[in-house]
Amino acid sequence: MKTNSLTENLANLVAGESALIQAIHTDDALRQRLLALGFRVGKHIEIIRKARFSGPLQVRIGTTDILLRRNEAAKIMVEKL
Amino acid sequence: MKRVALLGMPNTGKSTLFNRMTGGSARVGNWPGITVELLSSKILLGGDMVEIIDLPGIYDIHGFSEDEQVVRHFLHDNVPDLAIIILNATQIERQLSLLLQLRQYNLNMVVLLNMADEAKKFGISIDTAKMSASLGIPIFLLSAKYGNGYQEALQSVTKALRYSTPGMAEELRSQLEQDAHIESEMTRVLQNSVQVPMRLPDNLTTHLDHIMLHPWLGLPIFFGIMYLLFQGIFILGQPLQTGIGDLFSWLREAALTPLLSGLPAILQGLLLDGIYNGVATVAAFVPIIILFFLFMAIVEDTGYLSRAAFLMDALMAKLGLDGRSFVMLLMGFGCNVPALMGTRVMRSRSLRLLSMLVIPFSLCSARLQVFIFITAALFAPKSAALVVFSLYLFSFAAAILTALIFKRYFPNSEPFVLELPPYRFPTIRQMLLRGWHEVYHFVHRASKFIIIGVVFVWLLTHFPATATPAGPDTWAGQIGSWLHPLFKPIGITAELTIALIFGFVAKEIVIGSLAVIYGLSGHALSGALALQLDWVQAYSFMLFTLIYTPCLSTIATLQSESKNTGFTLLSLIWSLAFAWVVSFVFYQSARVLGY
Ligand SMILES: Nc1nc2c(ncn2[C@@H]2O[C@H](COP(=O)(O)OP(=O)(O)O)[C@@H](O)[C@H]2O)c(=O)[nH]1
Ligand SMILES: [Mg+2]
Repeated sequence: MKTNSLTENLANLVAGESALIQAIHTDDALRQRLLALGFRVGKHIEIIRKARFSGPLQVRIGTTDILLRRNEAAKIMVEKL
Repeated sequence: MKRVALLGMPNTGKSTLFNRMTGGSARVGNWPGITVELLSSKILLGGDMVEIIDLPGIYDIHGFSEDEQVVRHFLHDNVPDLAIIILNATQIERQLSLLLQLRQYNLNMVVLLNMADEAKKFGISIDTAKMSASLGIPIFLLSAKYGNGYQEALQSVTKALRYSTPGMAEELRSQLEQDAHIESEMTRVLQNSVQVPMRLPDNLTTHLDHIMLHPWLGLPIFFGIMYLLFQGIFILGQPLQTGIGDLFSWLREAALTPLLSGLPAILQGLLLDGIYNGVATVAAFVPIIILFFLFMAIVEDTGYLSRAAFLMDALMAKLGLDGRSFVMLLMGFGCNVPALMGTRVMRSRSLRLLSMLVIPFSLCSARLQVFIFITAALFAPKSAALVVFSLYLFSFAAAILTALIFKRYFPNSEPFVLELPPYRFPTIRQMLLRGWHEVYHFVHRASKFIIIGVVFVWLLTHFPATATPAGPDTWAGQIGSWLHPLFKPIGITAELTIALIFGFVAKEIVIGSLAVIYGLSGHALSGALALQLDWVQAYSFMLFTLIYTPCLSTIATLQSESKNTGFTLLSLIWSLAFAWVVSFVFYQSARVLGY
């Protein structure tokens, strides 16, 4: 593990950055959905792009690409790589 | 009869497999949430009749959205004799969780890892024998779209059906909550049977998305694509439609008129001016319908809809909607009914209702027929396509305005999380199936509504028998003059008013009833309309047609999906009032400006 690692929320990352998922702070229903889409603690996540006008993020976990709004991304804590 | 259910996450190819097994035409599309209802079909398998059931996708067995509940209720009420679990092989790493959840229900299962073709391209290798051994379930690789591995899969399904079905163990439910258990189990199974490359090779999807989702060009490209598609439908479809219309007129003159000349005049009138003219005018639209749905099928299957959701979500959020609502608006271009049902993927009731309030403004293919006919009659060929496109813009504008007005009554904080599938291209077979399905649907509707509709119009415009046909003394004329004060300020004549009343049932009837009212079809009808109306009246009529209630089926769907009569009435009254106001503002301003 790197010494200068940062814990941040996912919404703060910019396109091209990668991170490891540390915690998911959402309600149970959304948590279930995120788990099914591959969001699990310890997984590698990459920001592919962010839409204009504070639109959604496109992220990649393994072989799945997912769109999610910044609101939701802000509830996912990651460790930037 | 034994029952086989297809289960899996959304967009894994369940409907594609269903179609392959049953020869059916379940709607297939590269969008998680195309199937929201149960669909079943019976086939002969290993000497027995077996019922195959296509289900909506589920992300996990405790999902909260309405389409997921459909599946849960189904599994609870009718335990299938065999569940075919379909997983996307390229996403086996995460989709295994659903399989592990389902395994705890003690169902009789066969697992098919679909999209084997894509997995191979991505360099993902799966050892099904090892995986099968570590799970104790038969597992096969399959490509439902292209058919590779299908025979083996079918054999194993037939074999598995011979075993008796274990019941569903209710007490295992509590165990389902143990996600940690599932996680370690996933790692165990994947470890020795699946290999995924560290970094996916850059593929077509990556390159295309660079352009399609470009920060600045994305939206202009979206509108450009829409414009080209509709331009294409118009340019290709319109000559076909006139051609077929002419053919029907010729058939009437050459064969039907002489053939029926022995009948009493009134019966001749009903058969020729009523039913034949009405139905022929509507039937001329079949090529446009086919073309339209072929294009729709391509767009749906490419996966571009999810891209549209990405591009538009920021704007939709300001309207109290989300990217999925926008995609439903686009699907509404085909038909509003499935688009309304597609909102089942939303969990928040407010968001669902607000989406259902805006979807009926989506310019469906039935309304498109009216517009194509009217614009061809009243506008120069060069501007006709532009006029139709402007109506699409009005359709968006009506939806946006409605959302802005009503969003405060339907507040929601539904999260927006959506899978972005890779681009895929439909096979010819898929396109033909879809085209055939839509023609069937159209003919079905036509035989149900249109014939009854045009007969009614004919009766209204020809009785009482003393009145001149279609004159002011007929029943239709009386209704027209009674409603005249309401429609005169928006430039709509008595004849058009009658057509609008019937258009309430289904928009396909509008042109058919005009044909009956004028006693003309094809070119002759266009000519008569052009003589009687100017372009301002015609455009006002089209605006009204665009915005007021699409059809009875839409109203019935609004009611059955919302289960709230107040809401259905709100949608009905709002669309009527809104249509009138828009037409009024347009018509009066155009007149004031001197047009
Ligand atoms: N490449 C590939 N695409 C497939 C395969 N099976 C289905 N698809 C595509 O995957 C998408 C989803 O298919 P669909 O049957 O609607 O999935 P469902 O939501 O599970 O019913 C469509 O674009 C299909 O054409 C396959 O074996 N290979
Ligand atoms: Mg489906």
